[in-house]
Amino acid sequence: MQKSTLRPRLEPALQVRIHDLMVKTRCVEERMIKMNRDGEGFFWIGAPGEEAFGVPLGLQVKKGQGPDFDYLHLHYRSSPLIMAMGGTMLDSLRQMGMRATDRYSAGRNFTNHYAIPEWNVAPMAPTIETQYLIAPGTAWVQRRHGGDGITIVNGGDAGTAEGDFASCLIWSTRPGKEIPMLIIVVNNKFGISTSHGTQHGVRNIADRGIPHGMQTKVINGNDVFESWAAIDEAMRYVRTERRPFLLEAHVSRLNGHSSSSGANRVDELDCILEFEKQLLADKIRTEAEIKATWERWRDEANACVKQLRTEPFPEASDIWKWTFHNDADNTLAKAGGD
Amino acid sequence: MANMAQAIRMALAYGEKHLGVTDVFGEDVGPPLGGVFTATQGLRTSWNSPLDERGIIGMAYGIAVAGGKPVAEIQFCDYIFNTIDLLKLVGNAHWGSAGKFNLPLVVMTPVGAGIHGSIYHSHSFDSIMTHIPGWKVVMPCTPIDAYGLMIAALKDTNPVMFMKPKALLRTKGDERIPGEPEDEKVLKDMIDAPLGDRSNWKPRWPELTDYTVPIGKAKIVREGTHVTCVTYGRHVHWAKAAADTLANEGISVELIDLRTLYPYDFDAIKTSVRKTRRVVFLNEDTAVTNFGEHLLRRTTEELFYELDAPPRLLSGKNVPGVGLAPVLEDASVPQIADIEKMLRETATVPA
Repeated sequence: MQKSTLRPRLEPALQVRIHDLMVKTRCVEERMIKMNRDGEGFFWIGAPGEEAFGVPLGLQVKKGQGPDFDYLHLHYRSSPLIMAMGGTMLDSLRQMGMRATDRYSAGRNFTNHYAIPEWNVAPMAPTIETQYLIAPGTAWVQRRHGGDGITIVNGGDAGTAEGDFASCLIWSTRPGKEIPMLIIVVNNKFGISTSHGTQHGVRNIADRGIPHGMQTKVINGNDVFESWAAIDEAMRYVRTERRPFLLEAHVSRLNGHSSSSGANRVDELDCILEFEKQLLADKIRTEAEIKATWERWRDEANACVKQLRTEPFPEASDIWKWTFHNDADNTLAKAGGD
Repeated sequence: MANMAQAIRMALAYGEKHLGVTDVFGEDVGPPLGGVFTATQGLRTSWNSPLDERGIIGMAYGIAVAGGKPVAEIQFCDYIFNTIDLLKLVGNAHWGSAGKFNLPLVVMTPVGAGIHGSIYHSHSFDSIMTHIPGWKVVMPCTPIDAYGLMIAALKDTNPVMFMKPKALLRTKGDERIPGEPEDEKVLKDMIDAPLGDRSNWKPRWPELTDYTVPIGKAKIVREGTHVTCVTYGRHVHWAKAAADTLANEGISVELIDLRTLYPYDFDAIKTSVRKTRRVVFLNEDTAVTNFGEHLLRRTTEELFYELDAPPRLLSGKNVPGVGLAPVLEDASVPQIADIEKMLRETATVPA
């Protein structure tokens, strides 16, 4: 296991772009929390505090459809990644608002639960860790297909207690059948209210890859530069060696677990503020530019909410839709009686 | 004649050649064994997995997402229970993604008692599986239907659970599989792996042709006028035996092999019950919240005024498992005598 100390030089334009996407993500999450409090949405769970890792990850995804591109099996703290890939505020807020126009689930799923076939983002579920069982399937197809497309799976630290995480390590390193998969654990040191250290004795979660012969790394996921470099290194390895890599990123959890715990701001390091200090010190951004960035995205989020308020909720009769594929008139769906 | 395991194997071979099957996998599914019931011997795309049922279902899901056509096996349905949440995820992928993703995959698993399988090789799975929307669920009772239903499952763009009645996997039918040689010894020489070293063995598949049993279509196994019996799997054969006996008493049983548990053929049930006005639903799963209870409830609701007798359910006893001793197994699962008794009672109770 390597402890990363990398601090690569990132082009100023890229740093500005990363900052912009981090702020965009934070603003959409904060607007969703407000929707929850205003009664415009129900449960909220998201990723404030994970932007310094998630945005560099999303920007380095090979985006597209099919095995030539990267597959993504995500958990519910993946908004920075999706925003960096090109996700819109409006689409996320529509899902929070349960609108029929929600492109990810048409009002059926919690917010930050994506399903985007054109970007290889597999359907998401709040079941903890099941994505680590599904990801080897796409990676297996990519192993057979060739090329440099990889599978990326992410989840949290607490979920690694599930046997599904161990399954992922086994299935990805079967001798002679290794698969091109970037296995990510985002360690915010909590599972709802239970601290990681009270339940897990392992020194680093990434160490669990070592007995499987896996390349591993632990990084400070609150640092944009370190995150970018580690993701770049891990992706290069997986793309070329066609073997798995286990990357553990330590991050903050700035608004608690979810709306169920109040979603109030907690006193942990804020990666955006840290990055802004760097941008100011390096004279890449001014105070005024940073302030304008926040104002622009907050305005955009407010405009999106205004927009979605004009859009319809699903119809009650929609419950039957898409129960089965190739069942346009819902005959199969209603075969058990309606 | 081919047995059911050979029929499934041939359907999968047909699927590999003509229907885009990319992976047939599970515990001991690949060489050298080719499945504990030999249903996957010699298949080109077969491979062995870790002993990890959750991983198997997850892998099938992922392969389907990436455009493959997987057939995953859970070696016995007794070991599928720890995958329920994954089966749920498969079943709701299309619905939950607003139609963006569909998962064309097949899971097959042996079900039911009948081989002295004791507590953990005798479970049924019909009731739980039909309680997971988004799946099609089938169970054949003959080799020809196994062949035709498997081909239908492989053609489907939805997830299909193919339940194999394990007590019937070695039984032969009375209809030939399309392309099957007339001499069953010839077939055996062509497609059954030899004992001992199999490292250089390759099957010689017959010129198999398409034969599809439509999913959702029941089969009237025997026409009758006094009472309808709706069942599936191995109990079709036992119900037929019971009906033969009752015919000698002047009781005419109409026997329906459901073949598909979802989407089930309620039209076939309705048509038959309107004719006989009496019905028994039969299966070997445990009694409480049994799949047959659903059919019974719906029949009662929709055909109440057309019934001359209370509709009945004959199921397995509501006990945690099927015991090893034959007397325990027989007492747990409906036997021919039990079927005869209930059909007789239902056919003769005054209107």
